[in-house]
Amino acid sequence: MKKLAYERPIINKLNTGMPNKFGMKTEYLPITHIDEVSVKEIIEKHGSPVYVLSEKNIRATYRKAKKSFTTRYPKVQFAWSYKTNYLNAVCRVFHQEGSWAEVVSGFEYNKAIANGISGDHIIFNGPDKSVSYLTTAINNGSLIHIDNYDELYTIIDLTEKLEKTPKVAIRVNMDTGIFPQWSRFGFNYDNGEAWDALNRILINGNLELVGLHAHIGTYILTATAYTVAGTKLADLATRVKEKYNYVIQYIDFGGGFASKNTLIGAYLPGTDTCPTFDDYAEAITSSIINSNIKPEDFPTIILESGRALIDDAGYILGTVLANKRLADGSRSMVINVGVNLLFTSFWYEHKITPAQKFSPYTEHTSVYGPLCMNIDVIRKSADLPIMKKGDNFVISRVGAYNMTQWMQFITLRPRIVMIDPGGKVHVIREAETNKDFDLFEKIPDYLTKIN
Amino acid sequence: MNINKNLAISENGFVFDPNTGESFSLNPVGVEILSYLKSNMSKDKIVKTLLKKYDTDEITIEKNYLEFLTMLREYRLIENE
Repeated sequence: MKKLAYERPIINKLNTGMPNKFGMKTEYLPITHIDEVSVKEIIEKHGSPVYVLSEKNIRATYRKAKKSFTTRYPKVQFAWSYKTNYLNAVCRVFHQEGSWAEVVSGFEYNKAIANGISGDHIIFNGPDKSVSYLTTAINNGSLIHIDNYDELYTIIDLTEKLEKTPKVAIRVNMDTGIFPQWSRFGFNYDNGEAWDALNRILINGNLELVGLHAHIGTYILTATAYTVAGTKLADLATRVKEKYNYVIQYIDFGGGFASKNTLIGAYLPGTDTCPTFDDYAEAITSSIINSNIKPEDFPTIILESGRALIDDAGYILGTVLANKRLADGSRSMVINVGVNLLFTSFWYEHKITPAQKFSPYTEHTSVYGPLCMNIDVIRKSADLPIMKKGDNFVISRVGAYNMTQWMQFITLRPRIVMIDPGGKVHVIREAETNKDFDLFEKIPDYLTKIN
Repeated sequence: MNINKNLAISENGFVFDPNTGESFSLNPVGVEILSYLKSNMSKDKIVKTLLKKYDTDEITIEKNYLEFLTMLREYRLIENE
């Protein structure tokens, strides 16, 4: 007689009328395949843990986002936010789709150039632009988004030395009715600082003012905040036109679009609460269309969305290391994916799905990573199906930031593979080894021998 | 080990403790072990019975069994003598 499938015994106390702090059961079916490629086979071939990116998903998400804007507004340009995921393969997929590059450091600037992007299609953002990289950006005709007065005067100084006319925009921060108000980047609109900066640029005459830029925050759950931002930026553009008879070529709305992940503490899942690309597009385009900017002067809308374009395409596959009972009787599970690989678990309640069949029974579980550190918590509480040591799981929506903000800490960083639209799996970043890590270390002569 | 003999165990996984009024839900292996305990089956026999029926190994069953007992104690469904 064939033996039955075994599952460890569980008992859950029923609390009627009490809200469940562990949330609702979310897993009903295992994820056995990603883009028709077997999860088990990927793990077998590429190890565990392993990041997986779906190229099909990246392209589909990008096209969906682009369509939301282009059906509402004539001039739209996306610029891929390098910091969200600067794996060269990922950047190149976005560039193939027509995205420019949005970079915030010299390191990212070099990556964009190496990925074949021409200098005039690079938006150079951020508060850290060295004189050396500003020089490169000016020489390449890149779009420099000025963050502060010190940077503005450094650029003015460079124009004289280089005898070039840099293409610049200013970053503008403002109150859009949401909390927190990001005021650390750029010039403030509400207190007149942004208008002052624009006047200084236009009076100087050695700088070509090409755009206005705002990035109002991250994970913006209220799409109408973009309408407020757009209205304020359009006001600046109108005033520039009136005073200087000068047309601003583009308005860059930055990023900040939410992905479908669920924020820690959120009552409802992100899939139900996050605005869609259409919501954002409606809010943004209507702010320009309904402004006092004349139709013949309509600026190009630039979008630097990162998270919302890549999060859904990323997965991390891993293995259960152990199950244990905590002192208060609650269940915990130790997995081989820690916060070193999943930085976003500090703010998301990541979806963890078994990669093999499971029964309908669930247990309230705390999910810990493999690091010998108390902070290594992937899910503080989740109502998860029963998994045993050695079982595999898939954590979804990890494409944004995890492959850039990851840490070489205690363990080495694993392989990253990308599944192309034809279902072929490509290694796009090798797993690190001790040898790689040791390359950067130097041992002083007197320490070569330890006894 | 004393098990509360008044426990009402339904075969589809619900357990009611008339002493406290508390209810519990169990998966099939949990129900099975609790039923064996109620009928005073020894640990060794429980492990052997499960091993014969399920596709697993003795160490797994034994460690899961012991941990399950911890939970039954936690919920005061069994008490040490």
